[in-house]
Amino acid sequence: MTTATAAPDRAATRAGRGRFGDLLRAEWTKFRTVRGWVIGMAVAALVTVLIGLLSAAGSHTSCNGGPCRFLYPVGPGGEAVTDSFYFVHRPLASHGSITARVTSLTGLLPTATGGRVRVGQGPQSGLHPGLEPWSKAGIIIKASTRQGSAYAAMMVTGRHGARMQYDYTQDVAGLPGAVTAASPRWLRLTRAGDTVTGYNSADGRHWTLVGTAVLPGLGSTVQAGLFATSPAYNVTTAQGLLGVSGTGGPTLATAVLDHVSLRGGQPAGAWSGTLIGGGPSAATPVQGGRYHRAGGTFTVTGSGDIAPDVPGGAGPGQTLDHTLVGAFAGLIAVVVVGTMFITAEYRRGLIRTTFAASPRRGQVLAAKAIVIGAVTFIAALVAAVVAVPLGSHVLRGNGNYLYPVTPLTEVRLVAGTAAMLAVAAVLALAIGALLRRSAIAVTVVIVAIVLPFLISVTNLLPAGADQWLMRLAPAAAFSIQQTIPNYPQVSNVCSVGGGCYPLAPWAGFAVLCAWAAAALGLAVFLVRRRDA
Amino acid sequence: MSLAPGAPRALTRPAPATAAAGLRDALHAEWTKLRTAPGTAGLLAAAVALTVAVGAAAGAATRCPAAGCGQDPAKVSLTGIYLGQVVVAVVAVLAIGGEYSSGMIRTTLAAMPRRATVLAAKAVLVTGLTLAAGAVAVLGSLLAGRLILPGHGFTGAHGFAPLSLADGPVLRAAAGSVLYLALIALLSLGAATAVRDSAVAIGIVLGLLYLFPIVAGVVSDPYVQRHLQQIGPMTAGLEIQATTGLRSLPLSPWAGLGVLAAWAVGALLTGGLLLRLRDA
Repeated sequence: MTTATAAPDRAATRAGRGRFGDLLRAEWTKFRTVRGWVIGMAVAALVTVLIGLLSAAGSHTSCNGGPCRFLYPVGPGGEAVTDSFYFVHRPLASHGSITARVTSLTGLLPTATGGRVRVGQGPQSGLHPGLEPWSKAGIIIKASTRQGSAYAAMMVTGRHGARMQYDYTQDVAGLPGAVTAASPRWLRLTRAGDTVTGYNSADGRHWTLVGTAVLPGLGSTVQAGLFATSPAYNVTTAQGLLGVSGTGGPTLATAVLDHVSLRGGQPAGAWSGTLIGGGPSAATPVQGGRYHRAGGTFTVTGSGDIAPDVPGGAGPGQTLDHTLVGAFAGLIAVVVVGTMFITAEYRRGLIRTTFAASPRRGQVLAAKAIVIGAVTFIAALVAAVVAVPLGSHVLRGNGNYLYPVTPLTEVRLVAGTAAMLAVAAVLALAIGALLRRSAIAVTVVIVAIVLPFLISVTNLLPAGADQWLMRLAPAAAFSIQQTIPNYPQVSNVCSVGGGCYPLAPWAGFAVLCAWAAAALGLAVFLVRRRDA
Repeated sequence: MSLAPGAPRALTRPAPATAAAGLRDALHAEWTKLRTAPGTAGLLAAAVALTVAVGAAAGAATRCPAAGCGQDPAKVSLTGIYLGQVVVAVVAVLAIGGEYSSGMIRTTLAAMPRRATVLAAKAVLVTGLTLAAGAVAVLGSLLAGRLILPGHGFTGAHGFAPLSLADGPVLRAAAGSVLYLALIALLSLGAATAVRDSAVAIGIVLGLLYLFPIVAGVVSDPYVQRHLQQIGPMTAGLEIQATTGLRSLPLSPWAGLGVLAAWAVGALLTGGLLLRLRDA
């Protein structure tokens, strides 16, 4: 009897925070003593790892029957890059500048014949005049002729005006409009140590600043000169059950440049032409390149791209998020447990005891949300920490190329996936409290999170509709798994199946959080008003 | 003991002499339960409405700008099955999972000790209800497609006849989609009988449906990809909706439906066996 009377007194003297601590402990005790829920969480972690490994084991890449050797260049930021162009260059000291006028940019595209692209046979057979939107030519200062070395470039493009681009991922817009003999573009790059500044002008007298690039460790002597390149042409021909199939081929760009002046160059320097990248081992098919000099006029022809390499298209690469495909299975298990964490109380009538013991119903739901969220986060984190290294090991062992990512991106992938599952569990709890019937609540949450993703991967809906679905539905959170950013300066088929999402990683995650917060708020409101 | 006039007669009524009579009684009892359970009618109506609505929306969002646009009008009209099947699965799961959650199953099995008969009666009724709702949903979807699609480029000039059940492949897609829904219901009923919990059962069913295409989308090996599509209950079963490009399918339409049927039979046998062996 003494203990029975002491307990309420002690509870009554506690502050509000202490009572919430009691609630948390009560909910944690409920969770850990129901064997099915603990097993459910363990199953979630286990299937996340196992399905990731199975899918990695089912991904093989082989080249001519043997293992592949991937020689993709890596840029200064650690990302895989394409670095193929024709370079007409001279050495440049640590201080100096290069100026040139571009009077024309023309190109050749593959000829499509009845949906098939004719490429190959002769050097230019099957090509017709035309310009890729991201064909580029102009002036460039580059650390060396090695692929993947640091650079800054001022250029004119096929359809995006003049731009300054540097270190593969950076892109700043300059003067708009196409370049013609009547409307040429003057381009200038000045170097002061590691800083390269880009200017452009329509007349060679009035210059405007476009951008400033800091290229750490550029070195004392670099290569400066003229370049031309043109990315491969891709056309989507059919949308199948599992992806977009397309055809394409290499393209060529030819630029005419004059008024070329190099200040700070070594006196004995002479212009030399070098084909950077290209050849049969290159990732992108390259048509080669050449240059021709007549007096002060240079005609430079090149093919390829100077840009980050992105998945999709014909590339054989796998992205790191493929190792976490098992998170879908884990998600389903987590949603089932999260829903039952509240619906089981309604089913057994325990909810009446719970609410009698702690009449602040909003706090009870908050405690439940914290417990299920925390437990899910830890289980999913363990699973992801195991699945990512193991999965990438298996993928590489099977001859696949994995796009390199920075350690920070890898941390975001692992922790973000765990956080996504945790928020999904909270959403499931909230929907469970709203509907009080487990089967319908589980269905609603799984369908809201997984079905939009499935629709996007399998191209069930036309491209615009599924992109909107992946922006608005809770499925938007999968963008937290995107490891290779979307670059506007790279024309690429952005598909969810290729690991490319319409929303930025944290923005997509915020969409799921907003859904969970709204559902939890509505659940608190209704649970307070309704009888238990 | 009740003294209601009807009670003594009910008590003295002889036990069913034959299995057929037992099944008839079981059917009657299960029909009463299913009919009066809250939600059954609403869920079936929702399945029909969602299937038609999603099919109409998919039709409205699809364009066929020129001949040879690679679209399959029957398949586009029947896109709603992707959502409708989920509601059908919930109905089937609740048909037995609801009894487990309320404890009704003990009463049911006490009244009808032949557990296989109980499960068979549930399977027959769930199949019948799904076939009826599925037929309405599929006909509604095709009607919506027939009205919407010609306005989006699916015209005779582009090589498309209006959707009609008189057309062999369209009839196969329509009838097959109705059968598909019935098989999904049986798969769900079997899974729910095996795990005795609605939430876990629906999680398993949705996992089986969704995981195969998602993993197939990630795997880079075309051979493994094709196999995953061949064995997945949804990917294989929905082959029945194809009316064009049959050569490029991983499985022929009827073989695909056969794979789903194998999944459904497997789930029902597992559920039936466990129901027989375990305590309720």
